[in-house]
Amino acid sequence: MNHWIVAPIVLPAILAPFIIMVLRYHLDLQRIFSVAGVVALLGIALTITAQAAGGDILVYELGDWPAPFGIVLVLDRLSAMMVLLTALLALPIVLYAIASGWDDRGKHFHALFHFQLMGVCGAFLTGDAFNLFVFFEVLLIASYGLMTHGGGSVRLKAGVQYVAYNLLGSTLFLFALGTLYAVTGTLNMADLAVRVAEIPPEDTALLRVGAVLLLLVFCIKAAVLPLHFWLPASYANAPLPVAALFAIMTKVGAYSILRVDTLVFGPDVAVTQGLLGDWLQPAALLTLAVGAIGILGSQHIARMTAFCAIASMGTLLIAISLFTETATTAALYYIFHSTLATALMFLVADLVMERRGGAIAPTAPMAQSGLVSALFFVGAIAMAGMPPLSGFIGKLLVLDAARDAPDANAIWAVILIGSFVTIVGLARAGTLIFWKSHDAQHNPAPEVEDDEEAPALPAPEPNPGLAFTAIFGMVMGLVMLTLFAGPALTYAGKTAEQLFTPENYISAVLGGEE
Amino acid sequence: MEALVASAVGIMTAAGIFLILRRRTFPVILGLSLITYAVNVFLFATGRLALDAPAVLNKYEKVPYTDPLPQALVLTAIVISFGMTAVIVMIALSAYLSSKDDHIDMTAQDSVDGAGEDA
Repeated sequence: MNHWIVAPIVLPAILAPFIIMVLRYHLDLQRIFSVAGVVALLGIALTITAQAAGGDILVYELGDWPAPFGIVLVLDRLSAMMVLLTALLALPIVLYAIASGWDDRGKHFHALFHFQLMGVCGAFLTGDAFNLFVFFEVLLIASYGLMTHGGGSVRLKAGVQYVAYNLLGSTLFLFALGTLYAVTGTLNMADLAVRVAEIPPEDTALLRVGAVLLLLVFCIKAAVLPLHFWLPASYANAPLPVAALFAIMTKVGAYSILRVDTLVFGPDVAVTQGLLGDWLQPAALLTLAVGAIGILGSQHIARMTAFCAIASMGTLLIAISLFTETATTAALYYIFHSTLATALMFLVADLVMERRGGAIAPTAPMAQSGLVSALFFVGAIAMAGMPPLSGFIGKLLVLDAARDAPDANAIWAVILIGSFVTIVGLARAGTLIFWKSHDAQHNPAPEVEDDEEAPALPAPEPNPGLAFTAIFGMVMGLVMLTLFAGPALTYAGKTAEQLFTPENYISAVLGGEE
Repeated sequence: MEALVASAVGIMTAAGIFLILRRRTFPVILGLSLITYAVNVFLFATGRLALDAPAVLNKYEKVPYTDPLPQALVLTAIVISFGMTAVIVMIALSAYLSSKDDHIDMTAQDSVDGAGEDA
């Protein structure tokens, strides 16, 4: 059996307790091991991506139990791509957290970080619905720790809301799984797909309830409109490098929608026909609209960035809800872009907040204002989807895929107007934060000492060089995604093709049984 | 028996939702616990209700048995929800102790001034 598949889960699962138990009092060693662990994870992710790129669907049977009875991990192009994205995202974030000293403001940052990576990678790799729930819980419980990292009464209050909301989401997930199990008698996703297709249409009331509950759970994770209320307060009050890592968590929701609705409730299944098109699509359009309005209306840079995350999820879910091969290709390209762009914006927001606080209003000039504003500019271009960065290509692909959809006019209008409002909102924030601060009348900020107003303001990070390197690394990721859009799209196209032929997945998992 | 279990799940869920909609953390946490009890009973019932039946097959004679998988699922769910409840109690307690206020909602002041404020 190919043991590479389980490596992205086993590595953080061993490293995180090691960091807690052995390196508890040695922050420097924790940092070294943590970075080494993320680099190793990146290596593993590249290896499994190379293995999956050929188009084979590789199955790893945990404990060597055969598929419908034991839990399986499944590596296909989509899983490999998402694990690679996680590793690519984690490296700059862990470097930034070290450089900015965030990991020193509370205990166990690195251990929680690796537990989070374990949960995320596990959720991407598992082929069992209940195991997906377990990995959701692993990533959530680590995220509770990370979210309240550093403490502070407002952050803890936001943390209570976040935990309560997600606890409720987990309960809903269990209700959904219970319903599906009661109807089909299995929780293996490939087996579920077989059983769901066999159920006669007149007996599917309970199955439909289960499908809708499951979609609802993933929508909570993906922050789709009526269920997005947890996101702005949580992300804005979390430590911002952590919020940058959380950019992948909303994508776990999007991934799960994509996986379950192509595999189990596929396009040919009459039971759930129209679930995505009729229900998810309007919600996704509203999500984008609310995200864009939120960007325009925010008074705080962290909150604004949280709404950026919501808006990009809106665009992504529009592409997913179109539910064609072309649209899924666009969605896969956009998922890569929007994760990196959202994380970039959060890191830049952290630079700004460490220097001058987060209010979107003119204050005294900050240290390295030019460099930070340039990075904000790049992040805003990526986020709003303007040329020359990959956001433009992503949005273009989504628009192109929507051309033949029945609601093409509405989709085009919402995406284009939403992008415009996003540009205006980001331009407003950038102007107020970076330009107006240099106006003479705003300079006398009362709390700033005289000696700090000297031309060369000190950077607040213990290691500004590394912090900027980490952020530029993320910018490079976006540039590479733009330059190599051709190969990336070819891969995304093949992934979409694989997703829309679930028979291969099913026969790979269940062997010759069906 | 089905009616009894079903109404128990329903009443616990309803009470849980009612409590979750309160404004202080204590009733909200109680509500979450009630809902997790409800989901545990529900999961248990997904393997069909059977009285006096073991969860293992008997290879010597044909006796009724009950589905063991939901029992395993429910065990996992109990452990996870118990752990999560402990976590939320700890976070709610430290939020209460640091702000002397156990309202679950954030005031406008909190979200304007305090967003991302450092400890």
